[in-house]
Amino acid sequence: MLLKLFPLVIFLGIAGFLWKGLSLDPGTLPSPLIDKPAPSISVATLDTESPPFDSAGMLGQVWVLNVWASWCGPCAQEHPQLVALSEVRDIPIVGLNYKDVPEDARLWLNRHGNIFSDVLADEDGDVGLDWGVYGVPETFLIDAEGRVRMKHVGPVLPSDLEQKLLPAIDSLVAS
Amino acid sequence: MMRGVVVLRLAGLCLLFTLALPIQAAESLLEFDTPEQAEYYTELLGEYRCLKCQNQSLSDSQASLAIDLRREIHERVVAGEPKAAIDDYLVARYGDFVLYRPRFTSATLLLWVGPFVLLAIALAFAVRLARREPQVANDPSGSALDEARELLGESASVEAGSGQPDGPKGDQSDPLR
Repeated sequence: MLLKLFPLVIFLGIAGFLWKGLSLDPGTLPSPLIDKPAPSISVATLDTESPPFDSAGMLGQVWVLNVWASWCGPCAQEHPQLVALSEVRDIPIVGLNYKDVPEDARLWLNRHGNIFSDVLADEDGDVGLDWGVYGVPETFLIDAEGRVRMKHVGPVLPSDLEQKLLPAIDSLVAS
Repeated sequence: MMRGVVVLRLAGLCLLFTLALPIQAAESLLEFDTPEQAEYYTELLGEYRCLKCQNQSLSDSQASLAIDLRREIHERVVAGEPKAAIDDYLVARYGDFVLYRPRFTSATLLLWVGPFVLLAIALAFAVRLARREPQVANDPSGSALDEARELLGESASVEAGSGQPDGPKGDQSDPLR
């Protein structure tokens, strides 16, 4: 009896895994940083007159790290959502200017609006490497204890802002 | 006419070689203290996945992230870091996914052990089937055959040369039985 059912069991097992596979996106990769202490950043900002940025100074508040570049098309697509975020929530949004030319970055910010509390100049991509950045744009959410709580890969679309980013920010700020 | 074609082909080949040169040059810029280090470095690159282009190893990708990671690995190789430390560095940033040979953890347990479990199950079934077979096939006394003949109302002596005994025998080797 068991012997006769065995092929059926194997078939159902394989079918189950394949069915699950249909709904998985092979492009999304979990960040190993989630719920771990955020990699420390100590780097110059785009604004040459202000002192270098140190992530230790961000402890005690919830903040957003947005990785962007002037050469990145989707960054322009997501920027209005970051502007909207800065209008509805009073939390620092730090921009990590990834592998960019400072002059290009300044021009881009003039055109699209600078809502960043600091713009970090990561010309070699060293900070990006520490944060496990695959490409731009990427957005991280860091809690008051300095742990990475969320990572969004790709542009923050209006639906991502409403359904993902804002609820996550609110629950972190409330706790 | 023919000569023209040959010249064109040669020109095409030369163009190909010039296109290939910059990549060669970029790689040969790396400096190592010893030949062993260079060998170790090349070996390591085959062990890590290019994250931008998931089916390529770090060694054969020209994605900018892969170039950055190669630079980082090169620095660590020259500094004399063991593979475990470099693994840790990459896994902390990009997760287990970066390793072509996944580590043995609770999450990868099924991956490592699964095939052996399946093999064990298959072997168990194979043994069961193998044990069952002899009871049917090796019937030295031929009693089953005699019983069959009796049921059919035939005598063994009549059937000896007629070829009919093949019938029941054929039935016995039927896997459905």
